[in-house]
Amino acid sequence: MTAKKLLRHETILGLLVIIALFVLDRQSDKFFTVDNLFNQGRLMTEVGLIAIVMTFVIVTGGIDLSVGSIVGMSAILLGVFWKNVGLPLPVAIFLALCVGTFAGFLNGVIITRFRVPPLIATLGTLALYRGIAEGISEARSVRGYPEWFFVLGQGNVLGVPTQLWLFGIAAVLAAIVLGYTTWGRTTYAIGSNEVAARFSGLPVDRTKIMIYSASGLAAAVAAVIFVSRVSTTRSDMGTGIELDAITAVVLGGTSIFGGRGTIVGTLLGLILIQALKNGLSLAGVKSDGTTVLIGAVLILTILVSNLFHRDGNR
Amino acid sequence: MLRTPLAVLAALTLSTSLASAQGWTGGDDLATNPLPCDGAAPAAAAMDYNGGSPANAPDRAGKAMTVVDVPKLIGVGYFDATSKGMQEAAKELGNMTITTDAPVEANIDDQITVIDNYITKGVDGILFASNDGVAIAPVLKKALAAGINVVGYDSNSEPDSRQWFVNQAEFNGVAKSLVDNMAKEIGEDGSFAIVTSTFTTPNQARWIAEMAAYQASCHPNMKWLETVEAQEDNILSFNQANTLINKYGDELKGIFGMTSIATPAAADAVTQAGQCGKMAVVGLATPNAMRPYVESDCVKSVVLWNPVDLGYAAAQVLRAVADGTLKPGATSVKAGRLGDLAVVKGSEVLLGDPFVFDKSNINDFDF
Repeated sequence: MTAKKLLRHETILGLLVIIALFVLDRQSDKFFTVDNLFNQGRLMTEVGLIAIVMTFVIVTGGIDLSVGSIVGMSAILLGVFWKNVGLPLPVAIFLALCVGTFAGFLNGVIITRFRVPPLIATLGTLALYRGIAEGISEARSVRGYPEWFFVLGQGNVLGVPTQLWLFGIAAVLAAIVLGYTTWGRTTYAIGSNEVAARFSGLPVDRTKIMIYSASGLAAAVAAVIFVSRVSTTRSDMGTGIELDAITAVVLGGTSIFGGRGTIVGTLLGLILIQALKNGLSLAGVKSDGTTVLIGAVLILTILVSNLFHRDGNR
Repeated sequence: MLRTPLAVLAALTLSTSLASAQGWTGGDDLATNPLPCDGAAPAAAAMDYNGGSPANAPDRAGKAMTVVDVPKLIGVGYFDATSKGMQEAAKELGNMTITTDAPVEANIDDQITVIDNYITKGVDGILFASNDGVAIAPVLKKALAAGINVVGYDSNSEPDSRQWFVNQAEFNGVAKSLVDNMAKEIGEDGSFAIVTSTFTTPNQARWIAEMAAYQASCHPNMKWLETVEAQEDNILSFNQANTLINKYGDELKGIFGMTSIATPAAADAVTQAGQCGKMAVVGLATPNAMRPYVESDCVKSVVLWNPVDLGYAAAQVLRAVADGTLKPGATSVKAGRLGDLAVVKGSEVLLGDPFVFDKSNINDFDF
């Protein structure tokens, strides 16, 4: 292992996470308790699921700004299918997931078939999906879900928050797919040089559509978990979640220009942000101060990482 | 090159038209209880205590307490005023330290996270103003289960997820005051529109529902044109008010602002459109934000309660609960300089009648 490999972004970030955890632990004796860590995992899952798939999206050189709106739309449809249409809750959940996936698929089609840049396409659907959510909801929230549904967002399985299992499985699967499969290599190839990838006979459009669909699915899963966690459905759910997810991905070393990035990096980014938010709050820093610090950490980390990568490969 | 901006434009237009195609009014669908038109006081119905109670709370009577205050958001005049009132109460009582902490945006998820962190950190009491009464309930129940005293103010949660709620003014009282003042300014057959925060914000939705009911029974000839959503955002509120002015022109005689941000923004939009005197603005807002418009005669009535008193009362109620002097079944509670406050609806403490700020009294207030 060369020195250069040791100094890759993930290693620097990993060290930063360890330092942050150590420092935060010294600030409050409540930080490193099993309860708190599991609870933070619970709060992190929704952004985490979205960030994992967002890593794929950004590695292709794209971006998906519509995920927050897909969360809102899937959440509201889950409520409407269940309460207003009167479907059994599991069917409503399945349909909400289908709608989310379709919303992502539509993003993919607009981007690949009509050659609209991802930033603009998903900026459009950001407004479109949120508008649909608000139109459908008619300003009303859906509440009164059955008790068993709350197990997903508020309960535990084998002592660990239910959604953390889901998040763990998703993270491992995504890491394997991105790191060790043809599909993952195609993703990197598209991000590094889309034209070359196309001329190499790689299924560029199909891969992109699948990635954006997966992004929609992840947002819909996050929506179901979110509804279960807060026990109500509102059309403004997930507002701004796309920025949290993108922050974690970029902090994790994924290049916004595509071609570079790992799931491990994204996970470290997520953990660092969540640890800072929680640890600083426990240490008595107010939430406005925490927001400032997270912004500073993001910029500093990228700067430090770039210092070690002056070989032109971002 | 033209295609992509058009696509965005189309998407934006579609989203707004979809939202406004429905017949919503921004109100909720709960039962309304309009007050009589002449202002006679209705008889209050007695109700059993329906709040929650903390599990295994230590005896805090007379002991020092650390309390966190989690309003909907920080950095707005209204919640600065409530937290000022809390500090007054804390100083007077001498055995409470209150910290105010909340997200910088009125976001349910962030607010839940803030509260969750303070539960982990360990506090004796939580004061909150919820962004969503149902969504906040699980985390407040967690606080109760951890033995923390929980009291809400300004914006309620599910009753069993907190002990008491300090109600700044009953919804039907505020609705009556708003609609009566509007009717006085634009006449019995004027048309009006409403700028609110979001359709699901509990307070605003409730007021709008009560306003609709009161207007229908007491001012039946007034016409309600539209309700628009503007988050709690300055620029969006201004734009929404401006859009209403342009859309309805002379037909629009008055705008209701339902938040402390929407009302000054609407007044600003009316001023800039040169409609002062022709178009009335009536709404809920803090006096400081409205002073220029009231002094220039553009706005005649600003309806609110005193948020300093509200924060003060919330802190006093929390202390009374922790001391054990306010128990389920009580009919009133002593709240320092405010005297005895009445208990209504099982587990709510009523602050009093709404207050109308106008040119004659606005300079007596500074918040």
